[in-house]
Amino acid sequence: MAFEPVIGLEIHAQLNTKSKLFCRASTEFGEAPNQNVTPVSLGLPGALPVLNLETVRLAIMAGLALECDIQERSVFARKNYFYPDLPKGYQISQFEYPICLGGRVVLEDLGKTIHLTRIHMEEDAGKLNHEGADGIAGATGSSSDLNRAGVPLIEIVSEPEIRNAKEARAYMEKVHQILTFIGVCDGDLEKGSFRCDANISVRPVGQKEFGTRTEVKNLNSFRSIERAVNYEIERQISVIQSGGKIIQQTMNFDDATGQTSALRSKENAHDYRYFPDPDLKPLIVKKEQIEQVRSEMPDLPDVVRQRYTDQFGLPAHDVKVYLQTRMLYDFFELSREHLNSATPKDMSKWIVGELNALLKETMGELSMSPTVFATLIDRCATGDISTKMVKDILPKLLDGKSSVDDAISAMGGAQISNQDELQQVVNDVLKANPDVVEKIKNGKTGSANFLMGQVMKETKGRAKPDTVRDLIISACQSE
Amino acid sequence: MGVLRKIHDAIRSKALGCEELTRSVIDQIAQKNSEVNAFIDVFEARAIQMAKAQDEALANGAELPVGAGIPVGIKDNMCIDGELVTCASNILKGYRSPYTSTAVGQIMAAGFIPVGRTNMDEFAMGSSNEHSVYGPVSNPWNKSLVSGGSSGGSAAAVAAGLVPLTLGSDTGGSIRQPASFCGVVGLKPTYGRVSRYGLVAFASSLDQIGPFAQYVDDAALILESLCGFDPYDSTSENRSVEPFSANLAVDSLKGKRIGVPNQLMSQTIAPDVRESISEALKRFESLGASIDYFDFDLVDEALATYYIIAPAEVSSNLSRFDGVRYGNRNTAANSLKEMIQTTRQQGFGDEVKRRIILGTYVLSSGYYDAYYGKAQKVRAVVSETYANLFKSYDFICSPTAPTTAFEKGANLNDPMQMYLSDIATIPVNLAGLPAMSFPCGLDSSGAPIGCQLVGGWFKERELLQAAHAFERAMEFQPKYSFEGVL
Repeated sequence: MAFEPVIGLEIHAQLNTKSKLFCRASTEFGEAPNQNVTPVSLGLPGALPVLNLETVRLAIMAGLALECDIQERSVFARKNYFYPDLPKGYQISQFEYPICLGGRVVLEDLGKTIHLTRIHMEEDAGKLNHEGADGIAGATGSSSDLNRAGVPLIEIVSEPEIRNAKEARAYMEKVHQILTFIGVCDGDLEKGSFRCDANISVRPVGQKEFGTRTEVKNLNSFRSIERAVNYEIERQISVIQSGGKIIQQTMNFDDATGQTSALRSKENAHDYRYFPDPDLKPLIVKKEQIEQVRSEMPDLPDVVRQRYTDQFGLPAHDVKVYLQTRMLYDFFELSREHLNSATPKDMSKWIVGELNALLKETMGELSMSPTVFATLIDRCATGDISTKMVKDILPKLLDGKSSVDDAISAMGGAQISNQDELQQVVNDVLKANPDVVEKIKNGKTGSANFLMGQVMKETKGRAKPDTVRDLIISACQSE
Repeated sequence: MGVLRKIHDAIRSKALGCEELTRSVIDQIAQKNSEVNAFIDVFEARAIQMAKAQDEALANGAELPVGAGIPVGIKDNMCIDGELVTCASNILKGYRSPYTSTAVGQIMAAGFIPVGRTNMDEFAMGSSNEHSVYGPVSNPWNKSLVSGGSSGGSAAAVAAGLVPLTLGSDTGGSIRQPASFCGVVGLKPTYGRVSRYGLVAFASSLDQIGPFAQYVDDAALILESLCGFDPYDSTSENRSVEPFSANLAVDSLKGKRIGVPNQLMSQTIAPDVRESISEALKRFESLGASIDYFDFDLVDEALATYYIIAPAEVSSNLSRFDGVRYGNRNTAANSLKEMIQTTRQQGFGDEVKRRIILGTYVLSSGYYDAYYGKAQKVRAVVSETYANLFKSYDFICSPTAPTTAFEKGANLNDPMQMYLSDIATIPVNLAGLPAMSFPCGLDSSGAPIGCQLVGGWFKERELLQAAHAFERAMEFQPKYSFEGVL
C-alpha cells in the first residue's frame, strides 16, 4: 500500500527586540544564568506583565510579510502547566484570538504554496541545566536559568499541506529567509532564535481523513527537519505495515542517532486550561498602525531577487548572499545610489567578494560610508585605479576614517596608465631579467606574470596591469 | 476632622516628633497587639529610620509631605523591598520581597511610614480572618468575634487604635466587610485606580488596594497618595487623581439620589442590620438626598459568578508557588513532581486548596464554556446593569454585610455560609466600581454595623463627600481611638 505523508509545521521565531515580551529585562544571549531577569521574568509574587510594543510592530511585520490578516483585536491567554523552567506556572501566549490569521508562503522552486493557519505571540520559557544526567530524570541536581524566560516569540502555524521532508525543509528555509531579511528575527538557529516542531501523520493514498499524528519537537536546523520528517514518515509507515497503530504522542528527535523517540503520550498530555490573562487587556491594533507598518516594510526577498536579476543582472550567487546578509544588502542599496561610472553589477562583485570576505575575516563593523565605497568602485571603472589597487585600498577604508583620495595618495598616487612612463619601467625590468625574457621568447608566456610582478613592485602596485602585460609581451616579441 | 491633620499639625509645630510618634506606636503594638493579633510583623528599623529622616528634614526647615510621620499598617500581601511578605501562608513563610509595590512606594514617597504587617486570611481568601497561618484576628469590639476578612488585621489594627491608617486589598469585599465588622471606614477604589504591581495576586481582575481609617477625612488623604497611573500595571487607568481631601465637607446632599436594592434589605439580612441601614437612609434623607428602592435581581448570580471567576484566576495565579524559586519547599521529595505536589500540599491551607480545585475544575477543557465562559457573560451583564443604575442614582446603598461580626469558629466548617457574608460586596468587584463601608450603628449585642455606599466608576470623591456628611451627622463613637497616643 502506498502512503501519503501529511505534515504541518509550527515555527517558533524569536522577535528581534532588546527587551523581553512583558518586562524590561534584556534578551542578550549568552549571559551568566539568571542575569537577564526582573521580578516579572522571575515570576515573583506581585509582579505584573506589561506588553513591549516593539514586539507588536515586529509581529505585524511578520504577518504582512507572510500575507496574513492582521487582527485588530487579539487576546493574550495563559497556558497553565507546571515545569521548573516556567516561573509563573503558566506561559502567556495567544490562544483563541491570535494577532494574525491566514497567510501563505510560496515555494517557487517546488511550485507549491503552503498556507498558514495563524501566527500568535508568546513568551519563551527558561532553560534547565542538569548535573549527572542529560535530563531531569536521574540528575543529581538541576538548576533553572531564566534568562530566556519571557523572550518574545511568534509561533507560525502552517496548514497540514506539506507532503514530504523536502517541502518541509524548503518551507522552513523560506520562512527563515523572509523573517531574517526583514529584520523580524535574527534567525540564529544555534542560539535557538528559530526552531520548529513538526506534526506528522501518514495515510493511504486516496484516503481523505488524516492519520494519527505525532509531534516532533525542537527541530533547530534545516538538516534536522529534513532528517526527522523522513525518519518519522518511514517509522509510521513501517508501524502500520507491520499491523501496528500510531499512537498520538510527542516525540523528540536525536540529531546524533537521527531517530525520533517518544516524550509523552496523549494520555499524559496537559490540559492547559487556557483563559484570557486578566493582567493584560486585549491587544488592539488600529488599522492606521497596520498601514504605518506596511508603509515602512522593507522589500521582501522575492521582490529583491526579481529586481536584482532583471534590473541589475546580478548573478544568482550575489542575490543569495544579499538575502542571507541584510547588512551587505543595505550597504549595496545605499552605495549603488552614488555610482557614476561603474554599474551596480560591478559594485556587487566587490561587495559579495572582497568586502564580504574582509568583514568575515575581521569580524569587524562596517563603518565605511557608502559614498566612499561608490567613489572607490567608480575610480576603478574609469581606470583611475586598478582592481589590484582596489584590493589594497579597501581594507584601509573599512574604519570609515579615510577618503579614497587619501588612500590613493598613501599608495603614491593613482594608477599609471601612461605608456611612456610604463615603458621605462618595463625596459628596466626586462634588462634586469634576461633569462625570463628568454623563456617568454621560447613560448613560456606564463613567465610574463613574474615580470609583471616586478613592474608592480617598482610602481608600488600602481601600474595598469593590462598595459604592462601588453608592453612586456610586445617587447619580448619585437626583440 | 480626622486624626491625620491633628498629627500633621502637632509635628509641624514640633509638639510631636516623628520618631517619638513612631516609637510610641511600636510600643503600643508590642503591648496591645496580642489581644487582637492584628499585626504579625513590625518594621522597627525601617520605621525609625524613616521617622528620623523626617525629623531631620523638618529641623532643616523642609516642608513636610502630607503623610510625614503617619504610621501605617500594611496588609501582608503588598511587597516592600527587604521585608517579609507571606500572605499569611505557610508556603511563603520567611519570604522577603526584593522590590516594593507601587502602592506602598507611593505612600512612602508621600511621607507615610509603614510600621508593620497586618494579619489576613491566607492569600486574601476568607471572610473572617480565621484562615491565617498566624492565627485568627480578634474583633476589638468583642474579642470572641471575628474581625471579618480577608483584611481582618488591617481593620482590627485601626479599630483597636494601634495605628490611624492601614492598607488592605479587596477582591470580593475584603476591605469593606472587615471594616463593617470592626466599625471603621474602609474604601475600595475603582478597579484600575490603584496599581496592583507588587500586590500578591488573588484574583487579578477583581483585586484592588484601598485604605482603612477611623475617619473619612483620613481615608481621603491617603487615597490621594495611593491612586495614580502605573506603567508597571497594564490594568492601571491613566487618569488624573482629584484632591479627594479638599472640599470634602459639603453642606448638604441635596439632589443626590440614593438607590437601595430590595434584595439587600430582605429577610436574609439580620434584623438589627436592616434597621440600622433604614436609619442610615433616613439620615441621608435628612441630609437632602432622595431614597429609592429598586430590584437587583442579579445578587445570587453575581455571587455564583464570583465563585467561578475568582477561583479560576486563583488556580493560575497561585501556580507560581511551586517550591522551585522561593518560599518553602518540601526537600524530602524524591522527584520533581512529588516536590511540587507535596510543597503545595503542605504549603497551602484548606480554603486556598478549595479555591484552587474549584478554579482548576471550571477552566478544564470541556467545562470552560459552561462555567468560565458563562461567568464572563454574566459579569458583563452585571456591569451593564450597574451602568444603567447609575443613570438613575448617584449612589447605591445597602448593608455592607448581611450580619454583624460572628463568633469565631461559627462558619469555619460551612464555606457556603461564609461565602454569603460577601453577598452585598461581591457584585461591586465584578463591575469594578468604587465603594465604601462606614459605621452606622451597633447591633443589640454592641457589635458595629457597616453601611455600604457604592458610587459610579471613578466617583471616589463623591463617595467620600457623602460618607463624610454622614459621619458628621452620625458622630459614631469608636471603641478605641488613636488620639490617645498623641
